[in-house]
Amino acid sequence: MQEYVLLILLLPLAGAVLNGMLGLFVPAWRKNKTLLGGLATACVAVPFALTVLLFLYFHEEPLIATFFTWMQAGDLDLSFAYRIDQLSLIMTLVVTGVGSLIHLYSIGYMHDDDGFWKFFAFLNLFIFMMLNLVLADNLVVLFLGWEGVGLCSYLLIGFWYKELKNTEAANKAFIVNRIGDFAFLLAMFLLFRELGSLDFGTILADPASLSQGTTMWAVLLLFIGATGKSAQIPLFVWLPDAMAGPTPVSALIHAATMVTSGLYLLARMSPVVLNAPDIMMVIAIVGALTAIMAATIAITQNDIKRVLAYSTVSQLGYMFMAAGVGAFFVAIFHVMTHAFFKACLFLGSGSVIHAMHHVEHDLEHKGVDVHHAGADGGHFDAQDMRTMGGLKKYMPSTRWTYLLATFAIAGIPLFAGFFSKDEILFKAFEYGYDGNGYAWFVWIIGLITALLTAFYMMRSYMLTFEGEERWPNADEVHAHESPATMTIPLWVLGILSVIGGFIGLPGVIAHGEWNWIHGFLVGHGDVVGPVAEAAVSPHDPSFLTIEWGLIALGSLIAIVGVYFAYSVYKKHGLAYDEKLKGRFGGLYKTWQGKYYWDEFYDRVVVRPLIGGSEKGLAPFDANVVDGLVNGMASLSSRISGSLRKMQTGVVQNYALAIVLGVAFVIAMLLFS
Amino acid sequence: MIPNITSIIIFLPLIGALLTMAARGKDAVRWAALVTTLITFGLSLVLWFGFDPAVATNLAPQLADISGPILADSLDIKYYVGIDGLNLLLVLLTTLLGPLVVLASWTYIKKHEKAYYTLLLILQTGVTGVFASYDIILFYIFFELTLIPMYFIIGIWGGENKVYAAVKFVIYTLVGSLLMLVAILYFCYVAGDAVNNGVFTADYYKLLAYNTPLSMQTWLFFLFALAFAIKVPLFPLHTWLPDAHVQAPTGGSVILAGVLLKMGTFGLVKFCLPFFPNAAQEYAMLFAVLAVIGIIYGALVARVQPDAKKLVAYSSVSHLGFVVLGIFAFNLEALQGAMIQMVNHGLSTGALFLIVGMLYERRHTRLMEDYGGIAKSVPVLTFFMVLSVLASAGLPGLNGFVGEFMILLGSFKSTVIGNPLLIALATTGVILAAVYLLWMLYKTFFGPLTSDANREMSDLNARELGLLVPLAAFMIILGLAPNPFLQRSEPATEHLLQVIQEKQAVVLEEARAAQFAQDVPLSLDLPPVTQEIEAPLRETTHTP
Repeated sequence: MQEYVLLILLLPLAGAVLNGMLGLFVPAWRKNKTLLGGLATACVAVPFALTVLLFLYFHEEPLIATFFTWMQAGDLDLSFAYRIDQLSLIMTLVVTGVGSLIHLYSIGYMHDDDGFWKFFAFLNLFIFMMLNLVLADNLVVLFLGWEGVGLCSYLLIGFWYKELKNTEAANKAFIVNRIGDFAFLLAMFLLFRELGSLDFGTILADPASLSQGTTMWAVLLLFIGATGKSAQIPLFVWLPDAMAGPTPVSALIHAATMVTSGLYLLARMSPVVLNAPDIMMVIAIVGALTAIMAATIAITQNDIKRVLAYSTVSQLGYMFMAAGVGAFFVAIFHVMTHAFFKACLFLGSGSVIHAMHHVEHDLEHKGVDVHHAGADGGHFDAQDMRTMGGLKKYMPSTRWTYLLATFAIAGIPLFAGFFSKDEILFKAFEYGYDGNGYAWFVWIIGLITALLTAFYMMRSYMLTFEGEERWPNADEVHAHESPATMTIPLWVLGILSVIGGFIGLPGVIAHGEWNWIHGFLVGHGDVVGPVAEAAVSPHDPSFLTIEWGLIALGSLIAIVGVYFAYSVYKKHGLAYDEKLKGRFGGLYKTWQGKYYWDEFYDRVVVRPLIGGSEKGLAPFDANVVDGLVNGMASLSSRISGSLRKMQTGVVQNYALAIVLGVAFVIAMLLFS
Repeated sequence: MIPNITSIIIFLPLIGALLTMAARGKDAVRWAALVTTLITFGLSLVLWFGFDPAVATNLAPQLADISGPILADSLDIKYYVGIDGLNLLLVLLTTLLGPLVVLASWTYIKKHEKAYYTLLLILQTGVTGVFASYDIILFYIFFELTLIPMYFIIGIWGGENKVYAAVKFVIYTLVGSLLMLVAILYFCYVAGDAVNNGVFTADYYKLLAYNTPLSMQTWLFFLFALAFAIKVPLFPLHTWLPDAHVQAPTGGSVILAGVLLKMGTFGLVKFCLPFFPNAAQEYAMLFAVLAVIGIIYGALVARVQPDAKKLVAYSSVSHLGFVVLGIFAFNLEALQGAMIQMVNHGLSTGALFLIVGMLYERRHTRLMEDYGGIAKSVPVLTFFMVLSVLASAGLPGLNGFVGEFMILLGSFKSTVIGNPLLIALATTGVILAAVYLLWMLYKTFFGPLTSDANREMSDLNARELGLLVPLAAFMIILGLAPNPFLQRSEPATEHLLQVIQEKQAVVLEEARAAQFAQDVPLSLDLPPVTQEIEAPLRETTHTP
């Protein structure tokens, strides 16, 4: 089994090194794109197959694979050690499975890009780092993966580095993530001070023995770390800008896998997290506020990828709600279904953008001034939904899969998102019912956000695929469906968005016996899984009615939201946005302005820090710190200059000085 | 008889210096220097394999070379060199950087090549000697010997303001080291009185055996520490560094950052801590605070430098702050972190200076605004730049992380300086490092290619590739498998901490006895100084 783990880890690394080094030093290698891309895809697909095998042969006993010592000093004894258990298996399956599909998709999507080789090298490196993150058996190897995926995210956001704003977005992502990583580091220092170890085996062996203070601070700090990587208030600001990267990257890193690592961390640490109820409240409330904030922003966005970006932030908020009410396994369940439908949506948007780029080319060919063909009169923008519309007749596969995934995220009954989101809302309700007041707040916000989600996602579908074509010369310039390497992954993910939820059937069915994911992650019978959950008092039989009622409520909200968006955008098209603007006025402006977080940080953190360093510290260093040094130098040269004058060369003066000196010494001796 | 290997490694560059002086023509000079440094490096691998960490538990040097008294029998001053856990890695770093610096200067130095390479080789002998000495007078001689070649390297082959920078470098460090000389002489006398039958001694082991009385420790500690703190440099004694770095030629900068600064941190570990253990611990917080100020201050000032080389120079102030922090944490995790971080900083900052130098050779400017978008024209150079930046920013998997992580982890649990707020402030250094380093990438390497000069820049040639590949390899090796390196120094650092702890106890006991003895017959009312010193010590426990 150890060899399996080694292969799973090393193949993506080998792919990255091979493609990266050959691509860098052997220009000929860059040209054979099918081989290059195929190799990279295989380096993820084979680990997926191996993980499936591990999964099939898994006997509910965690398997620890230790390779070699990393660092050792005093109490510190760290190894490259990996842990195969229920939680890491689920995550590895998602990472390599969705990862393979996105690699395959990228062969078509990135085909014409000069940096094709580099792209695949980075993508493979990302998979390697992500596997370190989810398979790690100690916090430091997890942190290696954690920062490693951040690096790949940085490299891929700034992939098209010729545009400075892409590098700006990349820097922002890396630095904001580093703020989270800073908290993560402190959490490790705290745990190490108390436990003398950072192995999960030690940390999770007896969480109750950790002191209350350490538990609280460690959980809070880990959560702050998670808000960085998983884009929650206050550190979510990097994710929308991260859309500057190529779209497959948005699908893989900024939707399906990397951004869920904060949830993975909390689930992995769940036995400890449960001992910090105050922080769980913080987690739930931050998640709820993030969810509704991002959902309101998503309504106002016209860039198709930005809608999906804010939707990701919002969905991650749902997952944190689940963690905050002690339902970590539901968070992971939603991580999984979200990976399916959000990857599908992003790849769908990529397919659309791909098509719109061709439209732009054709327009240019036809002599249309693309520099002024955009919706605002600016340059034509292949991501702007305002110049799309009517794509369903050109791109049937993209359209259908996008629609399926939209239904899934909206929570239309029996689609994947329905089960996971409903379970989150149910857990919040149940936890509130059990006497935890904050969970009510979370539940209500969750319900409102569900309505908003159904609405804005259907809006994006309607504006993109339905109605009339809104790009110029639409009668002679047509869009085209993407190649099979792109549509096959779409269909796979589209189907998973439909059926993926059945692994977590709600408790009303067979008393939760059929909730496979719960049994697998938390445990069933005598088996104790790696994910802990909050204990709630048993319900009386009448509770079953409430449960059915909640499911009905959830379904109703999703259907109403979707139908409402369908009808208004069918009727008014783009013009309905203006109506919304009119109806919500200042509120809409705030949404559109993204609640002014960026402006706030710019004014409160960035400018004071940089400006202060520029106008305060740097001159201080040059004038005061160095000034003192130079001042002392010139002082001593002045003193010696004046002392020099005493050396007159006149012997009488020296003799006088000697006499005075002798007199002084005698006087001292006499009077002391 | 085969001369001692340690001595060969110290003096081979000096012999090479005779060769370069004798050589004719710039090619002969360069090749002589390169061959000498390569052979030295090759021989130094013998140290790696010949050194046995298992027997290094008593700080005794291995492969040692020891002479009788040099000056007079009444003065115990010897030629005494050897290798132990504390200096092995630093000696290896010095010999590794030797040939790299020669290669880095290959085309950069365009005048007086003979003098340049001769001085470079003399400098290497000085630095190696500093690390390998077991006689404190010998140490001091080597310590000062490094000043002279560096002075000329900056002053002759430097930039626009070279004379100012060179003079400042020499005077600043000389002020510190002369004061230290006073302290050394005094210390050798009193220690000789106590442990060497009244004979002045400069032998490290004899000095180590001497339990410096409390009354002497404070001022001796500060005189030693001042010299080393200037060398490190510790905030606020750092202002000579940016000037020296910016003006020095690339090779000079690499040596300066790579090994010269480490003489300061090395001195703190080897002399200040064990010689004056009570004072060192009493004032540890002061040094920790200055170190943390340096970490943050250096990073912020680095961020606003328009000059790429100055940015890297200030980043050294920030990075060395971590090392000092680790030294004053008084536990094994942090001290081991500091030891490995000395090497790590030499590798990653060395690489950054090399790359800035390569850019300068192409475009004759160090201002970042003159570049922009060059990732397109020099992809291979960009790759090495990004790697070095990430190593310097402490990305896990690369070398910088290992040192920083261990230092912060150890400092946090330290009973001496482990104030959570202070260490949290120090940890902000990882955020700030990303801020200024990514800023440099952003300004210099990314964005649109705007000028023809940037568009036509040539990528790395074979020589430059040969420079960066070994550094990159070590960054990765030390990042993923630092343990073989850590294990070579652990017995020594562990023993050092033990010695410190034992000596602290003995000194306190002696001070108490002395006070008692004075109290009774003379009934002098001494202020309860010792108790104040004692207080923080009592709670102190060390890792084994």
